[in-house]
Amino acid sequence: MRILVCVKRVPAVGSRINVTDDGQQVDTAHLGFTTSPHEECAVEEAAQIVEQLDGDEHAVVVLTLGPEASTEQLRYAASVGGNEFALVMAEGGLDWDPQRTAVAITSAVRELEAAGGQFDLILFGNESADGGNFQVGIRVAHALGRPIVNGIKGIDPHERGFTARRETDAGYEVYELEAPCALGVKEGINLPRYPTMKGRLASRKAQIQVLDCTADVDAGGQSRVRLHRPPERASTTVQLGDSAAAAPAVVDLLDELGVL
Amino acid sequence: MSAVAVLIDHDRGVPSGGALEALTAARSLASDLNTDLVAVILGDGDLFDAHGADLVAACADYGAAVVHCGRHSFLADYGPDAWGTALAMFVEAAGPVAVVAAGTDRGAEAIAQLAARTDLPLVANCVNVSPASSLADAPSGPAGGDAWHITRIQWGGSLLEDVTLTSTLPLLTIAQHSIEAEPCEGGPVPAAVADFEPDLGPEVQQTLVRDRVTLAEGVTLSTAPVVVSGGRGVGSADGFAPLEELADLLGGRVGCSRAVTNNGWRSHADQVGQTGTRIAPEIYIACGISGAIQHWVGAMGSKNILAINIDPEANMVTKAGYAVIADLHEVVPAICDEIRRRRDRPS
Repeated sequence: MRILVCVKRVPAVGSRINVTDDGQQVDTAHLGFTTSPHEECAVEEAAQIVEQLDGDEHAVVVLTLGPEASTEQLRYAASVGGNEFALVMAEGGLDWDPQRTAVAITSAVRELEAAGGQFDLILFGNESADGGNFQVGIRVAHALGRPIVNGIKGIDPHERGFTARRETDAGYEVYELEAPCALGVKEGINLPRYPTMKGRLASRKAQIQVLDCTADVDAGGQSRVRLHRPPERASTTVQLGDSAAAAPAVVDLLDELGVL
Repeated sequence: MSAVAVLIDHDRGVPSGGALEALTAARSLASDLNTDLVAVILGDGDLFDAHGADLVAACADYGAAVVHCGRHSFLADYGPDAWGTALAMFVEAAGPVAVVAAGTDRGAEAIAQLAARTDLPLVANCVNVSPASSLADAPSGPAGGDAWHITRIQWGGSLLEDVTLTSTLPLLTIAQHSIEAEPCEGGPVPAAVADFEPDLGPEVQQTLVRDRVTLAEGVTLSTAPVVVSGGRGVGSADGFAPLEELADLLGGRVGCSRAVTNNGWRSHADQVGQTGTRIAPEIYIACGISGAIQHWVGAMGSKNILAINIDPEANMVTKAGYAVIADLHEVVPAICDEIRRRRDRPS
């Protein structure tokens, strides 16, 4: 089985996100980077599926589109179960719009499949942590003519394809997809492993294939003007107490709000 | 027609809260464009027999002049391909001037399927939409060069992004809880009903819901009037017992932060935050939660927030409307006792 996982490098933000003076991107001067959380879980899920299979012809291929520094996220994936790695260079340092991103990833998938064979399953994160455009995976899957269901928090492979579970408010829905297909996964599908020392060492040697499929990709119809922080919520905190003796004041508040 | 169309995402006939918010936002957009608001509902004959009248009445309450009911046996339950294909057929036949959906799982997914099928741009999680000024004069849709100015959320709401949208047919989702669902002033005007039958092939069946499992009855995290959440400060899975008790007393639900699910103390289904559930209770009681930005964006839709924390400088405390600066392990049981004491007291 061959599984492709598409991941995105995003800033590891703290308690406040600052924007550069030109309003074009998150100020990352003092920030590290990480893999967008849904996608980190997608890598783990692919690794777990492949590890359960007999034989050694299986592979987890990890693809990212981003600046050259995104190799850091590919190497991380190598330390937690990824086997093959490809980078589509999106220079300029800025986020691409979702249509353009989807076109470039679609050509990258075609190029990878032409060389290594069809992917039985393509995993995306439900949405990226930063842009949150909720569409790239769906656009790519549609362009490739493969079914996709988003919001997946459970995957069971079987002979003909995959059973997928999608969380709802009250429980979950079950979907049955035949391979080849795609799924958009959400954090909570698993608890991603930490890299082992051996994994870290091996990841340094991982070969990263650089794909050039961005030359003819036009920008889509959505274009960034600027990023900015929302107005702070007016926060005069009313302190109801500094011990368990505050309980009556809390219950008064609950009563006032009509939830008692 | 050139109306603003809203996809009503529903679960077997019950519209999502987001769908009503999307109707509210789209009504204001339609008014800006000086055009009608219409709704699109997808289902099969049985679904419309059981819920059609209620769904149409709800759309009329929110100002829809026409409710387009797409009927097909493959629309008996939800499926992204079936919904996306049916929506694309509606767009082709009816020629709306914009299509709006809720930023819910189903709303966002179905309209992304439409975007993929039509190769049109889709702006997700909008909080403010200003159509191109000349649009009102161009009933067939915005002229190629006229951009819409839109503000949308990034990072789950920690940042806003102003974008321009250039499209022959703007597709938008409305960020959940960014607008209060409000029926029309002055009561509903009866909506006309227009049936259409999308031509769906068997290929859409592959992504239909096959089965479902119900784990929780009653109130859910996203609809609970009270959410009592615990963070790292709770200390262990067992430490959640008093929080469970408080939530039970108030008819609410227990939530948690990402630190808690990462420690395996609670299921991810209980996680409040950017990658968990977005809540909007009457009051959010955050116990021992520091308030990382990813957690805050899931909780900020709450009408009131009470933080219980030993650290007066914690983000959650400084952003909350109310705070108790003390150990949650002492405060939460004391609140439970106080509630029971008052309830037992003869009135």
